[in-house]
Amino acid sequence: MAAQVVTISSGKGGVGKTTAVANLAVALATDGGRVVCIDGDIGLRNLDVVMGLENRIVYDIVDVIEGRCKLRQAMIRDKHLPELYLIPAAQTRDKNSVSPSDMKRICDELRLSADFILIDSPAGIERGFRNAIAPADRVLVITNPEVSAVRDADRVIGILEAEEKHSPSLVINRLNPNLVKQHDMLSAEDVLDLLGIQLIGIVPEDEGVIVGSNRGVPVAQDPKSRAGQAFRNIAHRLKGEEVPFMDLDKQSGLWDRIQKMTGRR
Amino acid sequence: MSWFRRKQSAENAKQRLQLVLIHDRTDLTSAELNELKDELLQVISRHVDIDRDAVRIDFEHDGRAQRLVADIPLRSTTRRRTG
Repeated sequence: MAAQVVTISSGKGGVGKTTAVANLAVALATDGGRVVCIDGDIGLRNLDVVMGLENRIVYDIVDVIEGRCKLRQAMIRDKHLPELYLIPAAQTRDKNSVSPSDMKRICDELRLSADFILIDSPAGIERGFRNAIAPADRVLVITNPEVSAVRDADRVIGILEAEEKHSPSLVINRLNPNLVKQHDMLSAEDVLDLLGIQLIGIVPEDEGVIVGSNRGVPVAQDPKSRAGQAFRNIAHRLKGEEVPFMDLDKQSGLWDRIQKMTGRR
Repeated sequence: MSWFRRKQSAENAKQRLQLVLIHDRTDLTSAELNELKDELLQVISRHVDIDRDAVRIDFEHDGRAQRLVADIPLRSTTRRRTG
């Protein structure tokens, strides 16, 4: 299988790009894929802590670009998954240390030995974002069901269209099914209708995501996590498999079961 | 709508976003859009008599493709062209 370069972007910050990259990487590598993640947020390095690899960094992507080390030396191996690697962002440099052609060159080298290369785009639509999408075969736009995040996602989709990138796919993150039921949150259908691109996943709001990033262990490793399951489903869809969308109304709490038994739901 | 039930906010969010996205995608402010509508009506009414109160000019979208749709009813006229 030829390597696929997938960039995760959003426009707005804080919608879950880094979490999505870490979880998709873990899900793909658990299934035996050879995965390399690249933190594209120069100056605001984050993917390393979310993946729990912050203490292993010696070299970063700018060291590779400026010839201070070989690409292989900047690839940090995951603690649990031997086929999962991270190339960290530089923390002390600015985003102009990297160019779109640098990113293309690095990805072309990685394509020879990886199945998936996942790039965590920085927020915004400037240089760092341009670097992150330059080598992409596929772009996932991630958003929350919330006005500012949807608006920024639309801007990013517009730019990708103008760049004639392959049509991006949408990840709706942090959907709260109860709020949707009360009509106090945009539903997945609303967001899809507004943005008009293909859907690749809906991730329910899940406290486990925060616990996971606290520990540096992405929730995709937890078989019981709903968000983890949603990310694992997206990973399968990235591989071209057909996976039905999860029933987000299905709750497993005790109260819900009691309500079901007594016929109140 | 009932006084006792506050309007649910999701519908509000969707309607506001629909408008904002039209302006973002077309790079037209709502003032510019109104100007466009006015000029369009001026040009048309130079040639035919139109019912200005019944005019509807709106954006519609189909996926990410947008179109400006105008519904401009004409007033019936008694004047006949006799060639």
